[in-house]
Amino acid sequence: MDEQFILNIKGLRLESVAGNVIVDNVDLQLRKGEVLGLIGESGAGKSTIGLSSMVYARAGLHIAGGEVILGGVNIRALDTEGRRQMRGKRIAYIAQSAAAAFNPAHSLMDQVCEAPVLHKLMTRPEAEIWACELFTALDLPDPQNFGKRYPHQVSGGQLQRAMAAMAMSCRPDVLVLDEPTTALDVTTQIEVLILLKSLIRQYHTAALYITHDLAVVAQVADRIKVLRHGKEVEEGLTPQILHHANQDYTARLVAVRGAAASERAVAATVKPETVLSIKDCHAYYGDFHVVRGVSLDVKRGETVAVVGESGSGKSTLARIITGLLMPRSGEIVFQNKALPPALNSRSKELKRTIQLVYQIPDVAINPRQSLLDIIGRPVEFYFGAGRAAVLARAKELMALVELPEDFLQRRPGQLSGGQKQRVCIARALAAKPDLIILDEPTSALDPLVAEEILTLLRKLQRELGLSYVLITHDLDVVHRIAHRTAVMLQGQFVAFDETDKIFDHPEHPYTQKLITAVPEMRVDWLDEVMAKRHAAAA
Amino acid sequence: MAKLIVNRLLLGILTLFAVSVLIFVCTQILPGDVASAVLGQGATPEALVVFRRELGLDIPAHIRYWNWLVGALHGDLGVALTNKRVIINDLLPRLRNTLFLAGYAALIAIPLSVGLGVLSAINEGKWSDRLANVVTLIAISLPEFFIAYLLIIFFAVNVQWFPSLAMVSNGMGFGERVFQTTLPALTLTLLVAAHMLRMTRSSVLSVMSKPYIEVAFLKGAPRRRVIVRHALPNAAAPIITVIALNMAYLVVGVVVIEAVFVYPGLGQYMVDAVSKRDVPVIQACGLTFATVFVMLNTLADILVILVNPRLRHQR
Amino acid sequence: MKLFGHKLTASAAFGLAVVGIFILVSLFTPWIAPYSESANVGGTWDEPSAKMLFGADQIGRDMLTRMMYGSRMTIGVALAITTLSFLIGILTGLVSAVVGGWVDVFFTRLVDVMLSIPSLIFALIILGVFGSSIPVLIMTIAVLDSTRVFRLSRALGMNLTVMEYVEAARLRGEGLWWVITREILPNAWAPLVSEFGLRFCFNFLFIAGLSFLGLGIQPPYADLGGMVRENAAAINFGMMAPIYPATAIALLTVSVNLVVDWMLSIDARPSGAQAEL
Repeated sequence: MDEQFILNIKGLRLESVAGNVIVDNVDLQLRKGEVLGLIGESGAGKSTIGLSSMVYARAGLHIAGGEVILGGVNIRALDTEGRRQMRGKRIAYIAQSAAAAFNPAHSLMDQVCEAPVLHKLMTRPEAEIWACELFTALDLPDPQNFGKRYPHQVSGGQLQRAMAAMAMSCRPDVLVLDEPTTALDVTTQIEVLILLKSLIRQYHTAALYITHDLAVVAQVADRIKVLRHGKEVEEGLTPQILHHANQDYTARLVAVRGAAASERAVAATVKPETVLSIKDCHAYYGDFHVVRGVSLDVKRGETVAVVGESGSGKSTLARIITGLLMPRSGEIVFQNKALPPALNSRSKELKRTIQLVYQIPDVAINPRQSLLDIIGRPVEFYFGAGRAAVLARAKELMALVELPEDFLQRRPGQLSGGQKQRVCIARALAAKPDLIILDEPTSALDPLVAEEILTLLRKLQRELGLSYVLITHDLDVVHRIAHRTAVMLQGQFVAFDETDKIFDHPEHPYTQKLITAVPEMRVDWLDEVMAKRHAAAA
Repeated sequence: MAKLIVNRLLLGILTLFAVSVLIFVCTQILPGDVASAVLGQGATPEALVVFRRELGLDIPAHIRYWNWLVGALHGDLGVALTNKRVIINDLLPRLRNTLFLAGYAALIAIPLSVGLGVLSAINEGKWSDRLANVVTLIAISLPEFFIAYLLIIFFAVNVQWFPSLAMVSNGMGFGERVFQTTLPALTLTLLVAAHMLRMTRSSVLSVMSKPYIEVAFLKGAPRRRVIVRHALPNAAAPIITVIALNMAYLVVGVVVIEAVFVYPGLGQYMVDAVSKRDVPVIQACGLTFATVFVMLNTLADILVILVNPRLRHQR
Repeated sequence: MKLFGHKLTASAAFGLAVVGIFILVSLFTPWIAPYSESANVGGTWDEPSAKMLFGADQIGRDMLTRMMYGSRMTIGVALAITTLSFLIGILTGLVSAVVGGWVDVFFTRLVDVMLSIPSLIFALIILGVFGSSIPVLIMTIAVLDSTRVFRLSRALGMNLTVMEYVEAARLRGEGLWWVITREILPNAWAPLVSEFGLRFCFNFLFIAGLSFLGLGIQPPYADLGGMVRENAAAINFGMMAPIYPATAIALLTVSVNLVVDWMLSIDARPSGAQAEL
């Protein structure tokens, strides 16, 4: 009865050295050739469970209980040597960051061939032939010679595929994929996703696909298990989870991604007055022409999104507006006055009116300062307020960002990611700015928390008449909050129009590519894309 | 990569120049009037004049520096102030002695401490590692003369295996030389090995925390293979740096050890000169020590470049 | 037992106790020493007795008294050196890190050159020219030691300067002083405090070593290194006289190192070597 499962985990329990329960009594069953998606927010324990299926616990963690039955054998009951022999051979791991997973001192071929030779499955020459077959299947350039290169000589996307080859080198029964595409650009992600799916299908490997992105996992998984705080929330077939979830939490996770199309920014906040206008801006990093002739304008109460992948120059644009980088040419007008390009030539008053919210809240606020210090400092600095006035204003700001007043005495270390981001927003608001630049404000947050932050930002825009410039790579975020959107590629805008128009009728090929690369919350989306590409190639 | 090595060599030479300038500035320019600084307040005007003439202080500073430097490059380090002996004749044999002693200690210390450091890192958290941690912690806290005296009391006075004074002379045979210098070398070894063990251990530990080590374990590689094939090649660079750094400790330790064992080396020569305020000898010794030091560091940096996989295999 | 909210190990407790005793003794020496600093109360190298707990030194003074005064002197000088060195090093290091530009290049190159000469050698050079008075000793060693503090502070500063909260402060228009003292320094305290302990040990040993060579603290001041030197000949007669001050030195440095080691281990995380396989 249990033999139908290639991997059967019963009652898994993990504790930290300090005694905290990290994973609480989780069961998991995987059939041959089946893909199970493990979904959850950060801290849900999904990576930990993935590693536990190989009976491996990171330093500071300890597998306290449960059975891990691989191919009928309880590998947790084996001795160290027995467990070692399973790893890599019958169950293999694909890490999140390929760049960190490869040893810089050895060639790729050495590392891909290491496992099969070690486990005495093949000789080195046999392993090399097999490796080249895998490289070809994974669409790597010059597959016969690819292995000779070293990790620092190939790109991130290629390394990710090389890692897939390394995992498949022993033809394991089970693959554990730990967020394999999270670190990649949207357009690269879809390539890798297609390759992974065909690889899994071709070799009939069972797989555990760990991710926080429900839309991505919907494309590859047959079943999905939802995790939260180390416990299982729900499990079911993929279409059922997507469309008829039983649990409230699951439904919320699905809604965050799926409802993108129905939420559009409230247009009523936009006033006709232009707050910021950039004309034909050019900027360089040394000799590299990073921003090429960008023109942009933002009206009062409007959110303009600049969307692009890494290297597009969108963050550079943010730095130009804040004065951290000087453009070589171009006019920038802010509130009808020319904006001095260098930060140091701007008056304190001018600096006050443009504020910045960062991507990673952990490093955006000083961990050694209390919230009162953090939020209160701009009030003291810009308005010369005394202690009592600062405290009063701080309490107002906390209310605006929906944080309890008594948090003012706390330090950032005691807050969650979402709460920290609210503090960052409060700090920006403390200056009473006219324009806030939001640099990937939700990228580092879990989807549900990100949703709350976006809702907060919309509310603040309505109440305070703020203008936002939103820098992001995430099209869903753009849908939710931006009135107008600019699509940036290699330093130039390929499109700049109302958000609706851009998404409903994309004109530029890159915009089309970008939009079609974002996974949708339906099971057959990837298969459709693959079919389209086949047809186009044929 | 060749370009990097050449650059590093040039930097080494440049550093030597800068060091020579620094030494010269400190000994001849900083004190203002060197004569009264060295001879003290109670010096007679005649004594000051004589001193100035001996040192050539009436010649402008940069010419003096140039003369000194050119002389040094030709092997002429001048004449001692106190006993009028030609410095280079006294310095060279002493330099040889010091290098012998330092080399003897390094030969034992380096393999011992690097090996134990790697083992300690592999066994992190186990009792053997904890023991090593405590023992080395105590060892690096002890003053050199304390260790020396302990060893003397035990080996020279109690069991009488080795002499308590290291009498080394020029014509001595190799074996005899080794025997005489064993106790001081042992002292130096203990001093430096403890530092090197701790630093090696932490270098290896930081490599063991890298993600590719975890990936190697997850491929089913046995522990020994992970350490040898995956961790050590990447720990080579930091370990080389550790060794170079500790050669500096060796230089410092040598001076004190030579004093304890009355060993006729460069350190003793310099200490004597300092107590007698013999400026030319001080300059010469300082320059020699610094040159050895800079050369060691340059060698270490070049080895680090050679060992770096990213530089060995360019794009 | 807990200190500042962290669990104290046995070795750290021992270290803390010893350091505490040394500090108290050094502070109150003039009041609690059995005899005055230079009183002759016995014969050369008298054995320990009820009258003189550690016996007499090379000219008949009470060893214990001399050790107490010696500790006071050596600890005091080492503390002065380390404090001065940290003031110089932290200021230059953090300013270099935050301001960058030619200021950074200037200090870094200067420090690089200074560090190319081993510190003992450099100290010997300066002492050879200027003599070994206490102010010269303190200033010379402090400047030499500040190079290491500079490097550490600069490295810390560079890591912290790129933090977004520092950038946020700059965007606001905060001045250099604010950025260094309110944004960067509070986050750099922990490694600096442990470094203070380590540098104190190093300077303490350094001063003792110099005194041992006869080039450090000069007589008639009592100082532990000098005492080892003065009593060294006793070894040849099998007597333990120089061992007492040497042990005092060793005891203090071991204790400080134990405490610093404990402080460093609080933050340490287990490395990959400890993963469960």
